[in-house]
Amino acid sequence: MSFKNISEIAGSAMAAQSVRLNTIASNLANADSVAGTEAETYRARKPVFAAVMSDGPGGMSSAGGKVQVLDVVQSDEPLRQVYEPGNPMANAEGMVFYPNVNQVAEMTDMMSASRAFETNVEVLGRIRSMQQSLLKLGEG
Amino acid sequence: MARRVLPQRLTQGKNMGINFKDAAGVHADALALRAERTRILAANIANENTPGFQAQDMDFSATLANVQAEGNGDLGDGGESALMYRVPYHPTRDGNTVEIGVEQAAFSQNATDFATSLTFVNMRLKGLAKAINGQ
Repeated sequence: MSFKNISEIAGSAMAAQSVRLNTIASNLANADSVAGTEAETYRARKPVFAAVMSDGPGGMSSAGGKVQVLDVVQSDEPLRQVYEPGNPMANAEGMVFYPNVNQVAEMTDMMSASRAFETNVEVLGRIRSMQQSLLKLGEG
Repeated sequence: MARRVLPQRLTQGKNMGINFKDAAGVHADALALRAERTRILAANIANENTPGFQAQDMDFSATLANVQAEGNGDLGDGGESALMYRVPYHPTRDGNTVEIGVEQAAFSQNATDFATSLTFVNMRLKGLAKAINGQ
């Protein structure tokens, strides 16, 4: 029985989704962090997920397995330039740069991430009850 | 002569004795396969947001027939040969073919089937216990 594998798979997915929630929290928190130059401005971060193909002793190499976070990449979308001469961060032309965080997209991403997390918690719970029922095999 | 009696007795004993593997019948193999399928479906659910991930599923009856034909219940090659890619209802831009509703439904159904197989195995074992106790 490969219940340990299943727990590892669900656990890796939960870890990956929490990294995703982390980046979303960071993006939303810094949505209004202005900067005077383009280089210093915060850019939206996104994790890149990839499947880890397990090649265990069972020979189930082609079956997909755990999830890993390959990298966290920064968005290439253009920054928002605003004319705010009164802002202490403004440059010589009175412009400030706002991060390229799309707050609506981040909110929907957050819903997706937390739902995916919950699904995997549900999987873990179901695995637990299956394992418990298996332990009771032959009793009473 | 005395040497020959012993093997005969042994074979007789084998026919008369209780073989747990035979007693559980197809349900033991089905139970192991259900656990394996749970792993595949859990992997699909885990990779819901992985770009390019292709959801897989097991052709359960074919795999079970395969395992039965092999007769040893070993999931080595028999389990893998019947793995197939799921055909998605809707294409996605990132090439991921996991549809979470489909996977959840399959997972739930599979968990119930696991409980069913477990119940059948349990019933067989209870029958054996009755035979052993002579009640």
